[in-house]
Amino acid sequence: MADAMRIRANIVGDKVEVRVLMSHEMETGQRKDARGDIVPAHFIQNVTVTHAGKTVLSAQWGPAISKNPFVHFRFKGGKPGEKVTISWVDNQGDKRTDEATISGG
Amino acid sequence: MDIKRREVLKAGSGAGVLALAAAAGLMKPGEALAQEWNKAAFSTKSFADTVKALGGGGSTESRDIQITAPDIAENGAVVPISIESRLAKTQAIAIMIEKNPNTLSANFEIPAGTDPFVTTRVKMGETSNVYALVKADGKYYHAVKEIKVTIGGCGG
Repeated sequence: MADAMRIRANIVGDKVEVRVLMSHEMETGQRKDARGDIVPAHFIQNVTVTHAGKTVLSAQWGPAISKNPFVHFRFKGGKPGEKVTISWVDNQGDKRTDEATISGG
Repeated sequence: MDIKRREVLKAGSGAGVLALAAAAGLMKPGEALAQEWNKAAFSTKSFADTVKALGGGGSTESRDIQITAPDIAENGAVVPISIESRLAKTQAIAIMIEKNPNTLSANFEIPAGTDPFVTTRVKMGETSNVYALVKADGKYYHAVKEIKVTIGGCGG
């Protein structure tokens, strides 16, 4: 199981600024190890961010997203104290869901 | 007593099925699709092919798409890229790196209420053109920026 995501969700003006740092190797499947064997691809493929039962961002990723992926985006309609939930699923079926509470501006 | 136990079990399993059905009924098509991964689009090796694989007939260059990224990336393993669209009804933002082994890096779907803006970090194997493809009101638009890479980020 991967480590917890680090999520910041702050109110800025009338929007919620979300910054997420995920813990994942994002192995491309192109790299070779010390013995010359290909290291199998292992990367996050789907990311979904929800707030109040509604998807506020969804993404599909390839292995070209950097190790320990970072995402920054913003959406309207969130209030302090409400939750933002982020889930990912990788190409080997591993998954992780974390949530953060929106803090005031 | 045994009969009661069976009744409870029956009732229990019935409720379980109902809950599953409700969950299935509540799932919108978009939510089901969000969990799929567009293998074809992530296997392409050119900008034009990727646009096609994402469902576009072609793409028009637009000045309403802003790519913010360094001109020179010292470390190709971590290249910060920020894309902002000023096109009305922006629905999706994709990042493509022409000279990577596969062109498409990421495709973000932007629902109504979310700003047409996203920042992430990508890997670049070598100096390349980076495309921001935006789907707005069903049409495709793009901007391009060259990023020079000092040390490639695909290992090897």
